[in-house]
Amino acid sequence: MRYLNEFRDPHLAQQLLTRIQREADPRRNYQLLEFCGGHTHAICRHGIADVLPENVRLLHGPGCPVCVLPGERLQAAIDLAVGAPLTLCSYGDLLRVPGAGGDTLFKARARGADVRMVYAIDDALHLARAQPGRPVVFFAIGFETTAPSTAVALLRAQREGLGNFSVYCNHVLTPPALRALLAGADDGAARIDGFIGPAHVSTIIGSQPYAFVATEYLRPLVIAGFEPLDVLQAILMLLRQCNTGVARVENEYSRVVNPLGNRKAQALLAEVFGTRAHFAWRGLGELPESALAIRAGFAAWDAERRFDLSGTAAVAEVGACQCPAVLRGQRQPQDCPLFARACTPDHPLGACMVSAEGACAAHYQHGRARSVRA
Amino acid sequence: MRPRPAPLAAALDLRQGRVEQAHGSGGRAMTHLIETLFMAAFDPGAAPLAEDAACLERPAGRLVLSTDSHVVSPLFFPGGDIGCLAVNGTLNDLAMRGAQPLYLAASFILEEGLPLADLQRIVASMAQAARAAGVAIVTGDTKVVERGKGDGVFITTTGVGVVADGLEISASRAQPGDLILLSGALGDHGLAVLAQRENLRFETPILSDTAALHGLVAALLVTAPDGLHCLRDPTRGGLGCALNEIARQSGVGMRLREAAIPVHEPVRALCEFLGLDPLYIANEGKLLAIVAAEAAPAVLAALRAHPLGSEAMLIGEVVADEDRFVDMETLLGGRRLVDWPSGELLPRIC
Repeated sequence: MRYLNEFRDPHLAQQLLTRIQREADPRRNYQLLEFCGGHTHAICRHGIADVLPENVRLLHGPGCPVCVLPGERLQAAIDLAVGAPLTLCSYGDLLRVPGAGGDTLFKARARGADVRMVYAIDDALHLARAQPGRPVVFFAIGFETTAPSTAVALLRAQREGLGNFSVYCNHVLTPPALRALLAGADDGAARIDGFIGPAHVSTIIGSQPYAFVATEYLRPLVIAGFEPLDVLQAILMLLRQCNTGVARVENEYSRVVNPLGNRKAQALLAEVFGTRAHFAWRGLGELPESALAIRAGFAAWDAERRFDLSGTAAVAEVGACQCPAVLRGQRQPQDCPLFARACTPDHPLGACMVSAEGACAAHYQHGRARSVRA
Repeated sequence: MRPRPAPLAAALDLRQGRVEQAHGSGGRAMTHLIETLFMAAFDPGAAPLAEDAACLERPAGRLVLSTDSHVVSPLFFPGGDIGCLAVNGTLNDLAMRGAQPLYLAASFILEEGLPLADLQRIVASMAQAARAAGVAIVTGDTKVVERGKGDGVFITTTGVGVVADGLEISASRAQPGDLILLSGALGDHGLAVLAQRENLRFETPILSDTAALHGLVAALLVTAPDGLHCLRDPTRGGLGCALNEIARQSGVGMRLREAAIPVHEPVRALCEFLGLDPLYIANEGKLLAIVAAEAAPAVLAALRAHPLGSEAMLIGEVVADEDRFVDMETLLGGRRLVDWPSGELLPRIC
């Protein structure tokens, strides 16, 4: 694979680190927030925080689709899978997320529910074609990255008249969450000096939707790839902006991302989805215009219109869980009293411990040794 | 020698036929299946398979016993199949205690409807793997379950081997100061199976590394009989799981160097693509050797001199650590914990 070893080269990394050290002004601190769980994972997996100057601190953001999914919507899917004769499909991470009382789709499967892990929504379409008498519901989740493939699947289902296929749409949007993080700065949220911007999401939406970060909130944002050298280069670019007092949206990931994004994917999204007036995010609360809903023209394939997915009682968060503060960059995972004690990847209590890209799971898997000894 | 008795039932249709309930019900059909399919492949000359138990010569040294159940979907994958996997897997469990494997027992749970041609391929693959390893399959069992209640075939193999008196190779013997050697690149088996199951195609196909490792172990024992403290084949759960098990059993920590851990390029690429970590992917033909520091150069040379260890590397060291953490220096010079894998390996969403 091209573009793999090139962006992990230790010698190039060392050169970048030297430049970061030179750029970092010892008289001040830098708090940079990476929005994406993919960046959080890469930072922990490659030990990037260890090699940065001490006054450059990385905060973790809410960019993990599984982490921000409200428990109620997951519980609705569990109830649906258990209560009705149908096949529920989803991407892997979701199957471990705890709903009410620690129940999960994995546990529902063990109790006899027909829950399948698929690698692509195409597999769910395939299942629907193979078992025409049985409803197949796809639990769609993810940011703008995965939404276009859901759109394509819905268009295919419509074209084929695939009556037993439907989608439970839980796609959410990145820019409204960024805005929520910035707006929260007034009520005691962490000070954020700059953002490491999404990688894969930006291939779809481009760089323009982030312009408000710089123009309205005067913060720099650098779109970066998920490889170690991408992250280091983005950090260097952010430090330069901070030091010169400018705030711009820059694109480190120009080998993949262009300012306008993928127009074809955007057209697909616009054809199939509208925006929900409100959507609840774990950790961030109700955010306006922050999630996608399936348009009325595709109602026949919208699981929320075909099944009763609304009647779930509120799923209580575990009291001491700090996920909301972690998702806003206000706290580090190891500051949570449950971290690595009651809450572990084998027994996750909070959403950030579930997905490998959740900040707590990434810290637990890759960085726990440090916090235990500290 | 007595002539082989005439067949009890109509000839098996090995091209079109399928496993039926009658093949497991203890009647003529079952005996016929055993005679024409299993006995013919495993040992046409001898007849111990016709008995319910095998009588074996008692070797000198201590007996080593291991058993392992094999379930894999799909049954056939690039580089191997469930048959050779079932033989090599159990032989490797014996070899990791320093044993010379001698005998195998094999137990089959067949799903009604399994094509007999598939079963014959699997049995032939087992026979070939056993012959290559110099081990006899001496007894076995067959059951048939209803269609839908199995995944084609499940195979349990039990192996008996012998280990020299005084040789103590154990996961509880890793000591601070020992060095950690890995016999070759990680992740080939797990990704070969995954790619086949999910129908992922690549320019360079990834082949399972399934292999019997006792010959390699024998070479290491000749090189450094006292310096080998611990051997482990990093199968399910991969290197991460194997090293954490050893660290826990021995009460030590480990420090690895990411730059030294070999991973073939197609495996690395597919792992990146799917969001998986090669450190946690299954291997079926690799071993970890934890050895006294003074023996390490000779053991590494012996590994590299053997065809199954030509890509061997020194990947880290054992340290004193009451938290028993397996830690890794990353390519960038940072640190990362290599934790126990948690649950199923799940590809990422974003």
